[in-house]
Amino acid sequence: MKLPLKGAIDCDLHPGMPSMADLTPYLDPFWRDQFENRHIDRMGFVLTSYPPNSPLTGRPDWRTPQGQPGGGLDMIRTKALDPFDTRFAICNVLHGAIALFNEDMSAAVCSAVNNWTAKELLDQEPRLRASILVPAHNPELAVKEIERVAADKRFVQILLPVMGDMLLGRRIYWPVYEAAEKHGLAVGVHAGSTYRWAPTPSGWPAHRTEDYVVQSAAFEGQVVSFLAEGVFQKFPKLRLVLLESGITWLPSLIWRTSKEWRGIRSEVPWIDRSPLEIIHEHVRLTLQPLDVPKDEPDIVARTLEHIGSDRMLLFSTDYPHWQFDGEDALPDGIPEGMLQNLLIDNALETYPRLRAGADSGDTGGRNKETVP
Amino acid sequence: MNVTVREARAAQKLSFIDGDIHPAFRQISDLYPFLPARWREHMQTYGEHIRQGLTGQLAYPRMMASGMRADAFPEQGPPGSDLELMRKQHLDANGVETGMLVALSKGGMEERNLDFAAALSRGVNDWQIEHWVEPEPRLRAGIVVPQEDAAFAASEIERRAPDRRFVQVIFSPRATDPIGHRRYWPIYEAAERNNLPIGLHSAGFSGGHPSTPSGWPTYYMQEHYSFFTAMQTVVTSLIFEGVFERFPKLKVVPIEGGFTWAPALGWRMDKHWERMRSEIPHVKRPPSEYLRENFWFTTQPIEEPAKPEHLAEIIGWLGWDRLIFSSDYPHWDFDHPRHAFKFHLTDEQKAAVFRGNAKAVYGL
Amino acid sequence: MSRHVVARADEIAPGTHKVIEVKGREIGVFNLGGEYFALSNRCPHEAGPMCSGKVTGIVLSDGPGTYRIERLGEFVRCPWHGWEFDIRTGQSYCDPKSTKIRSFQVKLEPGEELVKGPYVAETFPVTIEEKYLVIEM
Repeated sequence: MKLPLKGAIDCDLHPGMPSMADLTPYLDPFWRDQFENRHIDRMGFVLTSYPPNSPLTGRPDWRTPQGQPGGGLDMIRTKALDPFDTRFAICNVLHGAIALFNEDMSAAVCSAVNNWTAKELLDQEPRLRASILVPAHNPELAVKEIERVAADKRFVQILLPVMGDMLLGRRIYWPVYEAAEKHGLAVGVHAGSTYRWAPTPSGWPAHRTEDYVVQSAAFEGQVVSFLAEGVFQKFPKLRLVLLESGITWLPSLIWRTSKEWRGIRSEVPWIDRSPLEIIHEHVRLTLQPLDVPKDEPDIVARTLEHIGSDRMLLFSTDYPHWQFDGEDALPDGIPEGMLQNLLIDNALETYPRLRAGADSGDTGGRNKETVP
Repeated sequence: MNVTVREARAAQKLSFIDGDIHPAFRQISDLYPFLPARWREHMQTYGEHIRQGLTGQLAYPRMMASGMRADAFPEQGPPGSDLELMRKQHLDANGVETGMLVALSKGGMEERNLDFAAALSRGVNDWQIEHWVEPEPRLRAGIVVPQEDAAFAASEIERRAPDRRFVQVIFSPRATDPIGHRRYWPIYEAAERNNLPIGLHSAGFSGGHPSTPSGWPTYYMQEHYSFFTAMQTVVTSLIFEGVFERFPKLKVVPIEGGFTWAPALGWRMDKHWERMRSEIPHVKRPPSEYLRENFWFTTQPIEEPAKPEHLAEIIGWLGWDRLIFSSDYPHWDFDHPRHAFKFHLTDEQKAAVFRGNAKAVYGL
Repeated sequence: MSRHVVARADEIAPGTHKVIEVKGREIGVFNLGGEYFALSNRCPHEAGPMCSGKVTGIVLSDGPGTYRIERLGEFVRCPWHGWEFDIRTGQSYCDPKSTKIRSFQVKLEPGEELVKGPYVAETFPVTIEEKYLVIEM
C-alpha cells in the first residue's frame, strides 16, 4: 500500500556508504598517515551483515549503475525521498568502523563518518537527519563523540549494532545513555553484527539468510537486557529505537517478560511496573521489515492489536534494503486510525530534536567542527 | 470433609498426557550402579567437565528453591527424585495418563569428555528404565544422547529403539554448532529410521557459546528468556540447513522453549527465504511449511497475555494440532493442567492438546 | 455467611500460620504480631497451595543495583510461581488492582459464643479465659 499522506518521517534510511577516499579529508594527519601506510585507506569497511551484492542489501532499482546500493544524494532524493513525499529521513550510516578492535582507530573513523554525514548529506539536503555513529566498545570514547557532535541538532539518535561486544543494557554502557538522555538523543539499535560472538547460542549458522533471520532473537535479548538492567528506571527520558528488527516477535516478548516479572521481581526489584507498560513507553520499532505473510491484512491488524499500543511503530523505508516493491511501503492491514501516528507523530514524539527542526522549519544549525 | 465437594472434584478429574516431567537422582550415587567402575571413579575424582565457571551449581541461580516448586521437596533428595511423591502430587492428583520423562541431569549432553559422556548417556538411560519406567507404567523414557558425538548418539538410539518405552531422543539444543549442522545428521537419521521424535530441552549448561549473540546476560530473568530465543534459532537452523529435505519424516519437539513466537518466526523465515533463495536452494519449500509439518511444541511455560483470547489467536495461527500439554513438574514455573489456559477451549481443542497430539507424535 | 471456629488462638503463635479446612476449602490463618489474618490457600494464578510458600518480606529498590527488604513476615510467596501476596490484605504485589487472594475476616471471640466449625466435633474445654479464632464465610 502506498503512503496515504505527505510529510512522512522515514526513520531508517541508508545512504551509499562513504569510501575511505571520501573519509580521508575528515581524518587528522596522524590517521591519514597510518591509513596510507597500512593500506587501510583502500579498504571497504563493509560489514559482514550486508554483503554488497546480496538481494537484501539493495533493491535492483535502488542501486547505482555500478551496482552500489544506496548511491549518493541524487539517488536518495529521487528514489527515497521524493516518491514518498518524505518530510524528514534519518540516515543510519552503519559503517564498518564499529567492527575494528582498535578502539582509538574505530573512534577516529566514526568521527570522520559523522563529519562526512554532516557536510555531504545534512548540509546539502534539508530533509535529511542522521544518527551519530559511535565506537560502542569503548563507552568513554563513545561519550566523547556524542558530546562532540551533539550540538548539531540534525543528529537525532546514537547508532549501535544489535549484536556487539556486550548486551547493551549493561551498566558499563550507562555513560552513553546518560549522554544520550542529556542531549535528547534516542538510542538506535540497528540490525547488524560486529560478530564478536556466535549469532546463536549454539554457534555459527552456515548461511547469511540464517544470520539475518536470527537477528530477531538478538533484538529480543537486547530489549530484555534494557529491561532487566533497569536502564529505563535510571534514564526515564530515554527512548530505545529498534531499527530493521522485524517487529512481529514483540507480542511474545511482552507477554513473557510481563509474566516472568511477577515471579522473579525480587531479583530485579527496580522494575517498578509491568514490563508491558515500560516497553510501551520506552521502546520504538521502525516499520521495515514487518514480518508478516503476504496479503494477510488481518494478521497485520491482529498483531498490532497484540502489541497493544499505537505509539510504538515508526515509519521507515529501510532504503535501499529490499523489504518491499515499488512504493508499497505500507503493509495492508494497518488500521487507518494508526496511520498518522505511524507516519509522523510517533517519530516526532520519539525524536525531540526532530521537533525542533519541524517547528522552526530550519535545518537546526550546522556542525561547527566538520574537521577535527 | 464435605462429601459433595469431593465428588465434584472427582468428576472434574482430568486424564492427560504430560509432555515434560523431570526425574532427578536422590543423590549422585544412584547413578553409580549404572556406570562401569572406571567411570564411577572418574565421576568421583574429576566430576563432570562442563562449560561453566562453577561446578555443582548454576552460575545463574534460580529464583525459587533451586528452580523447584517449594512444595515438591520429598523427605530425602531433591524434587523429582521420589516416585511416591511424584505419584501423589502429580501423576495421581492431576490425572496423568502418560508422562514423558525428560532427564536433564548427568546424561552427558554437555560433558566435554566424550568417552565419559557416552558412559553417562548409557547410565542415565538404564536408570530411567529401572527407577522410573519399570515401577511406573504411566511414565515413558527419552533416549538421552550426547549430541557432540553423533556417531555414538546414533548407536545409542539404535540400541534403545527396540524398547518402545523410550518414546523420543533427547539432547541439548545448546550445542556446540547450530543443531541443523551436518555433523548432527547421524542422530536425525537414526531417529527418523526408528520413528522417534527429537525432544529438545534447554538446560543449565551451554555448549560453549553465550546465550545471546551479544554475550552473557546478567540476570536470571534474562537467562530464562534465552531459552525461548535459543529455541527460535534451533528451529531456524534445522529448517535452513535442509534437515527436513533430507529427513522428511523427522519430528522435532521443542520442550519448554515456548511457542507463541513460532508463527512470527515462520513469517520472518518465509519473507527472507523468498528474498535470498539463491543462497539456500536446498530449502525447497517456504520454511513455515516445515514448521507446520515437522514441529510440535510443548505448552509450558504458557503465556498469559492480558487478553487471554490473544493466546487463542496465536494457537490458531500455529495450529491446534501442534501443541502438547506439559507441566514441567516439579519445576517452579510448573503449569497446572486445569488452570494453565485462561480462556475456554473447545472439547476438540482440549482433546488435541491434552492427549491427541502427544499420542500422534509419540506413537502411544 | 456463617461463622466457623477454626482454631484456638494460642495454637497459632505470632509469626506462624496454620492451614485449616472450612466448608471444603483450605484456609491459611496467619498470626502477625498478635493480629490474625486468614487467606485462601488457593493461589488465584494456578491454584497452587499458597500457604505452604515462604513467608517473607517485600523487596524494594531505590534504583538499579540497590535492594532492601521490608515488612518481614508480612508477605507470602506462592511456592509455585513465586507471586507475592500481602498477608494483611490478600493483594498481589505485582497486580494489586486485579489479583487478590481471597481473604477472610478473622475474629477473635471468647469461648461461649462459638457454635460452628470443624472443632465442634472435637471435645474442647471451654473456659472464659480461652479465646477462639472464628472465621466468617
